[in-house]
Amino acid sequence: MLPEIGLNHYLIISAILFSLGLFGVMTRKNAVVVLMGVELILNAANINLLAFGKYNGSMQGIMFSLFVIVLAAAEAAVALAIIINIYNTFKTVDLSEVDTMKE
Amino acid sequence: MQDLTYQLIFYFFAAITVISAVFVVFSKNIIYSAFSLLFTFFGVAALYVFLSADFVAVTQIVVYVGGILVLLLFGVMFTNKVTQVQLKTDVFNFIPGLLIMLATLGVILYTFLTKATWKLSDQHISESVVEEIGFEIMSTYVLPFEVIAFLLFAALIGAAYLATYDKKPTEK
Repeated sequence: MLPEIGLNHYLIISAILFSLGLFGVMTRKNAVVVLMGVELILNAANINLLAFGKYNGSMQGIMFSLFVIVLAAAEAAVALAIIINIYNTFKTVDLSEVDTMKE
Repeated sequence: MQDLTYQLIFYFFAAITVISAVFVVFSKNIIYSAFSLLFTFFGVAALYVFLSADFVAVTQIVVYVGGILVLLLFGVMFTNKVTQVQLKTDVFNFIPGLLIMLATLGVILYTFLTKATWKLSDQHISESVVEEIGFEIMSTYVLPFEVIAFLLFAALIGAAYLATYDKKPTEK
């Protein structure tokens, strides 16, 4: 018989997702993949919020995770606009080569 | 009490989430990363259903899969030359990054599993909460709701302005 699914299962999954996102942010050179790492971290935070919200019996976790999703959408839109501008200026999105404020 | 089917389905979705997230960060091809991010988002949405947050799960699918993932794919397409056949991305600081990742994971898991003593409430959320979400948004959270609506509005206008195609090329 498998152990009962509890709070710790969700916390383990969110810890794995968070550290994978951190790894992507730290090691990738392409700006779009760095953005994917940020999305993984946000999803990990959302799983944590919802898990604690469920086992706390209150609505705060669910409401907060909805706001996190909205902020993630806004962040992705603005960040991709910035990435496209970087590409138009430098002809690359390699973050190691983007080291000046203007061309 | 949970039966075995519930647990097996949970482990199935947990495996999908974790394995595709591993593929997102370790794949060399950006397109493969973007498409395995799709499976990660679906797996996370399924976990939200297990956490009895069905509204958040549907929102996750609509916003992440329908919006953010398409935006990311557009970003990949826009920022690579068509002639460039393979969309490879370089990796730097691989070994230090891997060490920091494993250290972070180890510390978090050690703290969660051995040190932390969560005091769980007696009543858990176990049924659908869509109705309560409506009540909460219109009562307790009405100010954050309006503020975040305005922020989304401003962010989308700002993004559209930033990404506007500049017809007159800047002088080099």
